Amino acid sequence: MVELLSNPWPWYVGGPLIGLMVPALLLLDNRTFGISSSFQHVCAALVPGRSSYFAYDWKKTGKWNLALALGTLLGGFVAATLLADPEPIAISEATRTDLAGLGLTDFNGLAPVEVFSWSSLASPIGLILMVGGGFLVGFGARYAGGCTSGHAIFGLSDTQLPSLIAVVGFFAGGLVATHFLLPLIF
Amino acid sequence: MSSTATETTARPLTDPAAAERELSWLAHLALGAAFGVIITKTQVISWFRIQEMFRFQSFHMYGVIGSAVVVGAISLLIIRRTRLRTLHGTIVRIPPKDLGRGFRVAVGGTLFGLGWGLTGACPGPIFALVGNGLTVMLVVLASALVGTWVYGHVRHLLPH
Repeated sequence: MVELLSNPWPWYVGGPLIGLMVPALLLLDNRTFGISSSFQHVCAALVPGRSSYFAYDWKKTGKWNLALALGTLLGGFVAATLLADPEPIAISEATRTDLAGLGLTDFNGLAPVEVFSWSSLASPIGLILMVGGGFLVGFGARYAGGCTSGHAIFGLSDTQLPSLIAVVGFFAGGLVATHFLLPLIF
Repeated sequence: MSSTATETTARPLTDPAAAERELSWLAHLALGAAFGVIITKTQVISWFRIQEMFRFQSFHMYGVIGSAVVVGAISLLIIRRTRLRTLHGTIVRIPPKDLGRGFRVAVGGTLFGLGWGLTGACPGPIFALVGNGLTVMLVVLASALVGTWVYGHVRHLLPH
C-alpha cells in the first residue's frame, strides 16, 4: 500500500482529489478554497504597516487559512518522509531537451538544484527566479484576488468570469516567463 | 448524579457550535495536510512539471487542473441542487470573486503568471516545497510576503 502511494500519482487521481478541497471546505464551515490570502493574513499579523488592507482581526478572519497553509507545508513533509519516491520526475523528453538547451543538466529533485539552492541566491539567475519570481507571485495573487487554488480551481469550478480572466492572465504570464524571460536570464 | 449537577453549575454551558468552530482550525490543518500530500505526489509542485506545462509538452498538468475543476464544478452543482448545509447546519454560501473593472484580474493575473513561470510554484506548492525540505523556498515565500505587503501599500494607486 505504502509502495503504491509512494509512486507518482497519475493526474486522474490527484486532480479529482484536489477538486474535492472545494466542497470539503465549504461543507466544513463555509470557507472557499484559496491559499494566497494566507500571505495577507501573515502581513496583517506581523507587519500591517499603514495599509487598511492589513487592518483587520487576522485571528478571526485568517486563522483557518493559516492552518490550511501550515497543513500544506506539513503534508509536503509527510509525503517527503513517508511516501518518498527516489526517482527523478518523469518529464517528457522534449522538456528535457529544452531545459538542457538553457544549460540545465540536473533533473533530480523537485526543482533544478543549479538554480534553486541557497548557494545560487548570490547569482543573478537565483535572485531573479526566487526573489523576483516570489515577489510577483505574492503581488500578483493579491492584486488578482486569488491564485491557482482560488481562481483556477475554485473560481473556474463556479464558472466565475473574474476567475476565467485571471486564469488567462496566469497562463499569459507563465508563457511569457517561459518563452521570453527564461532564455534571457539563463 | 450530584457530580453531574455540580459540573453543570461550575462550568457555564457554552454554545456547542461555537466550541466546534474553535476547534475547526484543526480540521483545516488536516485538510491542508491532505492537500500537501496530494500536490506533492501528483508532482504539481515541481518546477520541471510547470515548465512542461508552459511548453505544452505533456498532458499531466492540464489533466490535474482540468479534472480538479470538473470535480469542483460537479460538487458545487450538487451542493446547490440539494441545498446541502455545512456541518454546523448553516446554509452554504458560495461568494463571487471580485471582477472590479477587470484590471485587477487581468493585470494581477498576468503578474502572478510571470511569477509562476519563474518560480515554478504557486502559493500552495511554495508551502509544500518547504515541507519537502526545499528550504530555499523560504526565500520565495518571504519574497511573496514582501510582494503582498507592497501590494497592500500601493493598491490605492492601481486600477482595479
